Amino acid sequence: MVVTSKPSPMALDLLHSLPKTLKLKTKQQELLIRVATLSLIYVLAFATRLFSVLRYESMIHEFDPYFNYRTTLFLTRHGFSEFWNWFDSESWYPLGRIVGGTLYPGLMLTAAAIHSLLRFLRLAVHIREVCVLTAPFFASNTTLVAYFFAKEVWDSGAGLVAAALIAVCPGYISRSVAGSYDNEGVAIFALLLTFYLFVKAVNTGSLAWALASAFGYFYMVSAWGGYVFIINLVPLYVLVLLVTGRYSLRLYVAYNCMYVVGMLLAMQIRFVGFQHVQSGEHMAAMGVFFLLQVFFFLDWVRHLLSDTKLFQAFLRITVTSAVAVGAVALGVGMASGYISPWTGRFYSLLDPTYAKDHIPIIASVSEHQPTAWSSFMFDFHILLFLFPAGLYFCFKRLSDATIFLVLYGLTSMYFAGVMVRLILVATPAVCLISAIAVSATVKNLTRLVRAKSPSVQSGSSKGTSTAKSSSKGVVDNSQPFQKNGAIVLLLGAFYLLSRYAIHCTWVTSEAYSSPSIVLAARGAHGNRVIFDDYREAYFWLRQNTPPDAKVMSWWDYGYQITAMGNRTVIVDNNTWNNTHIATVGRAMSSYEDEAYEIMRSLDVDYVLVVFGGVTGYSSDDINKFLWMVRIGGGVFPVIKEPDYLVNGEYRVDKGAAPKMLNCLMYKLSYYRFGELTTEYGKPPGYDRARGVEIGNKDIKLEYLEEAFTTQNWIVRIYKVKPPKNRLWTNFEYVELVELLLLPLSSWKVIDPLRPEINILIV
Amino acid sequence: MKMRSIPFLLFLFPILFTFPFLPSPVLSASDLILAKVDRRVSLLGFRSLSLFFTSHCHSFKLHCQGFRFSFQFQNQPGSDLRIRIDLTSQIVRITTSLKVENTGSDVVSEILLSFPENQANHLAYLKATLSEGKGKVKPSAGAGLPVEVVHPKDLPPALTIYSVSLPKGLGKGDSLTLVVLAVLTHTLQPFPEKINQGDIQLLLFQESAQYLSPYAVKVQSLTVKLPDARIESYTKLENAKLQGSELKYGPYENLPPFSYLPIVIHFENNQPFAVAKELVREIEISHWGNVQITEHYDIIHAGAQSKGEFSRLDYQTRPYLRGASAFRRLVARLPPRAHSVYYRDEIGNISTSSLWGDSKKTELEIEPRYPMFGGWKTAFTIGYGLPLRDYLFGSEGKRFLNITFGAPINQLVIDTLFIKVVLPEGSKDISVSAPFPVKQWQETKLSHLDIGGRPVVVLEKNNVVPEHNEHFQVYYKFNSLSMLREPLMLISGFFFLFIACIVYTHADISISKSSASYLAKLQWDEVQATVQQVHSIISRCLTAHDKLETSLYDLSRSGDIQACKATRKSVDSSLKELSKELKLPLAFLQSSPQAAQILPKVEELVAKERELQDKLLAKHTTVVDCYEKKLGGREIENRIAPQQQKINALKQEIDDLMDVIDEI
Repeated sequence: MVVTSKPSPMALDLLHSLPKTLKLKTKQQELLIRVATLSLIYVLAFATRLFSVLRYESMIHEFDPYFNYRTTLFLTRHGFSEFWNWFDSESWYPLGRIVGGTLYPGLMLTAAAIHSLLRFLRLAVHIREVCVLTAPFFASNTTLVAYFFAKEVWDSGAGLVAAALIAVCPGYISRSVAGSYDNEGVAIFALLLTFYLFVKAVNTGSLAWALASAFGYFYMVSAWGGYVFIINLVPLYVLVLLVTGRYSLRLYVAYNCMYVVGMLLAMQIRFVGFQHVQSGEHMAAMGVFFLLQVFFFLDWVRHLLSDTKLFQAFLRITVTSAVAVGAVALGVGMASGYISPWTGRFYSLLDPTYAKDHIPIIASVSEHQPTAWSSFMFDFHILLFLFPAGLYFCFKRLSDATIFLVLYGLTSMYFAGVMVRLILVATPAVCLISAIAVSATVKNLTRLVRAKSPSVQSGSSKGTSTAKSSSKGVVDNSQPFQKNGAIVLLLGAFYLLSRYAIHCTWVTSEAYSSPSIVLAARGAHGNRVIFDDYREAYFWLRQNTPPDAKVMSWWDYGYQITAMGNRTVIVDNNTWNNTHIATVGRAMSSYEDEAYEIMRSLDVDYVLVVFGGVTGYSSDDINKFLWMVRIGGGVFPVIKEPDYLVNGEYRVDKGAAPKMLNCLMYKLSYYRFGELTTEYGKPPGYDRARGVEIGNKDIKLEYLEEAFTTQNWIVRIYKVKPPKNRLWTNFEYVELVELLLLPLSSWKVIDPLRPEINILIV
Repeated sequence: MKMRSIPFLLFLFPILFTFPFLPSPVLSASDLILAKVDRRVSLLGFRSLSLFFTSHCHSFKLHCQGFRFSFQFQNQPGSDLRIRIDLTSQIVRITTSLKVENTGSDVVSEILLSFPENQANHLAYLKATLSEGKGKVKPSAGAGLPVEVVHPKDLPPALTIYSVSLPKGLGKGDSLTLVVLAVLTHTLQPFPEKINQGDIQLLLFQESAQYLSPYAVKVQSLTVKLPDARIESYTKLENAKLQGSELKYGPYENLPPFSYLPIVIHFENNQPFAVAKELVREIEISHWGNVQITEHYDIIHAGAQSKGEFSRLDYQTRPYLRGASAFRRLVARLPPRAHSVYYRDEIGNISTSSLWGDSKKTELEIEPRYPMFGGWKTAFTIGYGLPLRDYLFGSEGKRFLNITFGAPINQLVIDTLFIKVVLPEGSKDISVSAPFPVKQWQETKLSHLDIGGRPVVVLEKNNVVPEHNEHFQVYYKFNSLSMLREPLMLISGFFFLFIACIVYTHADISISKSSASYLAKLQWDEVQATVQQVHSIISRCLTAHDKLETSLYDLSRSGDIQACKATRKSVDSSLKELSKELKLPLAFLQSSPQAAQILPKVEELVAKERELQDKLLAKHTTVVDCYEKKLGGREIENRIAPQQQKINALKQEIDDLMDVIDEI
């Protein structure tokens, strides 16, 4: 908008009258305004992401960022070589994890590089501050890329609007506030940069730009698994250009260079490696690569053959044979297992219902749910309406670049609909396309308004003369209310945009700036109450347990326990081994004695559960428990979901299923909770998170003991007692005999220790 | 009152020390484990007094040779030898006030105090002061006498001997009163060693009821101050008295040298047993006006270990009953005017702290993340800034920092204390003056904008108690001009950055000056400049047009035809000049191949402008003519109406074209 409002002649005169030294040409003025606006946007994008730092502190948020922080810390302390070959024995006990080969190192390397640069400049900052501010810094850089991208696709006005829109767009802010030290923080920058450089390469046909885009792609691959989107979108784009007859040598150069160099570079990342040429997700790129060669070859042959008929025949043969060879190669590759099939995650993107049926571990994560309309509205606000308008403008001025933008917008919108977290990928596209809509509309409107201004000026300057003023009417014969309408529309546009800015700020401050490690609530007197229970528990673990203690918890808390508690965990957020997670799920959903056997086999010393019954914190383990049952039951059929439900209903009160009331998770969550009065006027043992009185108030623990419970009971840690002495031999013997005599599924029914269950089930 | 000399060479009788292995008859009420009992032995003697110890089967024989004089504690009612032991906190403070008299003939200038090795390890602080008046003497008041460790040859190595030098020799028959304060840490043994959450913490303390010395003691008494709580048991001797929370033994009269009468007290004490395993205090001086102090604590509850379950429910409902031995908060007394206080640990800020202060002090109450039960550990950092002028002084061309040594937290025992004084970069001639011996060395620290690093003086001391909160000084030389170095570095850094930017934009740094693309770029730059030139000329034309219009407007108001004509003339001439000026750039554009794309637009613009010019001039002529003919307003309007319409249309087109060209 700033660009479109060119200095008026009056201002120009004023400038001319200024001393010679200050005189700037229109071009320079425009440049100055553009640079100033852009730098303001740059600062704004950074500043708006600092709510969480100001409101809480400079800390790492959520779950995954803690792993990234921990690895970055390792990297800065031990150096790259150690990091690259790091075998982490603190997670996935007893399996361990080869960290260097199972992560995308881009983020950590970036933060470490920034850190060492600052150190080199003698700014003694802690690596934590660097990690906290990495995401805002890259968000700022993304605005620059967005500017250049929109400038490439449309014009510099659209570029500025795009930069401004993306700087505050909640869809992007949600993953890039200060402290959200996650792959996405740098990946969106890398994604947009790659796209921009590729479009630039296609527009110019320059090898240099194509090479640059290959390096952008390399950075993206090193940073995030979402690079698969690039490596499928770019071939799709090439294919569309081929089909629409827009094939050119520029495209050929750009794609070939980007694909070949990008592939070779991407294979250097250990986590990707040969997947890049072997896995199903990457086959489209390779197919299009070969297709382009065929196209080029045909073009060359057509150039040589002047006879069209001969060429037609040749074309037919070549295309048929190429397709046949391709199909055979693909078939052989698939059959021999050389080309791996699509992964479940990829399937779940194409088919939103896939994960629910086949991969409960993916479906259990809330950010993998299909997106609700409200979250679209929440994250995009007016962009949601500007997006189709922008598409219209793109189609109206179709070029290679706008086609790319349209494709990017449409595909990413689809993915955004499939999974909540992929709104992030769609955000840049939506911002760019909306920016085109805004910029084009405002430009048209201002042109209308400005077209009028000279005559208005002359009219008013001739004001007193009635004869002169009537000439205005003569001039305005085309559309009587055009200018007024334009002004109204312009004001409307500004109103909408300001609403957008207000909405974005509000969303950022209210919804996306909470670290989720520290919970804040309003107290009775309107004061701010902080629940710092997570850190209380993790710090207790860190200080007061043996350094080699193994902690069992649901996988959500794995990264945090290793990073903050510095203790070994059984499973964590890197959900690479479903069986292991299912074992933990099984332990949590079994009776205490069975769970004890499982925990003994896993060398578990402490069990950590998250419980919100006292504070009303709803994302606790009891609410996640059904997923534990499902995931556990997916591997161990002993665990059956219906056992925990009553008429398909999940309850924890008196009407709950008996198995539910006596499983380990229930016991650990509600141990001695029955004696506590949580709310005035409610019976003791009233669970505030679920709003019911619990069903089993007399919980006795036999194999575990309470080791620590945080101030608000949000985290409870239990110690696994050492095994009892040989006095138990008799019992074990009895059990063993019964175990041998009875079918596996029914042996627990005659558990001598649990007569009440006996009655209930029989 | 009367002095009684002890005959020479009387120390031949062996003194039986009841060692830990011996069954002790004094452990009255309980069947305590004796291996846990700690023992304190003090010896008072002269250097010239040669003591000869032989150890036979749990016993020491004390033998004296070449005795020339001896001491005796004078029997002075009420103020002779009084020992007062304070057990109200985890730190044991033993105050001994003793009157010494030289009954020998030589002048004596040193007094030896001795402790057995296990005692000496726990001895944190030892201070001996002379008391002049007869009234109560505070041991902390006044400067202490110099105390140093000596190693007399013929004493067993198990004894650590401290020598107190007297300011002036003690002549024959002279007497003086000495007050000795000994502070011991880790001396109170929890018993039982492990307790449950609800149990109270019971401690054992062992001491000799009779003052252990190589000399005869005339009258001696012992008072033990216990906390206001349950006393489980104590050694009931015949003259033991319990008054409230004070336990009294004695008076004992005419004690032979090395008397020893063990007593054991078993009592409840729920005071915080906060022990800092390690404390690193970093004191960073900035000559811009701030002393930044950062303290890293590593704290453990060193009392009875907790065992069994920790139940939050019990702790929450009855915190003082079901968590009596735990402590939940610590209070740090910071200096006044402390600012920017923070309290955090490795994983982030800790939100449970409160701060208040007045002109005398600043109090920071901190709560660890969780209540501290026995054996539980925590670690945290507190930091604060202090105004420089309160702590930095100058003397004789040197500057010195004068700041307290110990930790600000009340009743904290520090096992190892490191003090790191970070001086500004460029400080020289660094020296430290501390009131007690400390280990010290130097390091460097790289901080913001340092080149070589800042010199750091590190002081290390073990076993630090609140009594060590004395001032120490760090002297150094520092040139005030060095303060400006870092700002200047920043300024010059940015300066060179901007210079580099300017150079980059103005310098031609392409490698090949003859490549096609480079030449094309040059040409394109030239074309752009030319187009800009055209643009500016046209806009000047447009300004001239505006002048014409304005003159017509003035005419309609004033009717001054002459003025209007004059304007017309000047505009005419300027327009002519402008059209001349326009020729050169146009010719260039026509000749340049790079301009092929823009040329049509430019030419169109020029043509339109000319047309507009013609129309305007025509309109001007018409209007002026009409005025000369004195026609009415409406008539004029009608005449110029068709022209006006065209003019407006042309103006619009020119504006559009100007926009297009401007965007190139």
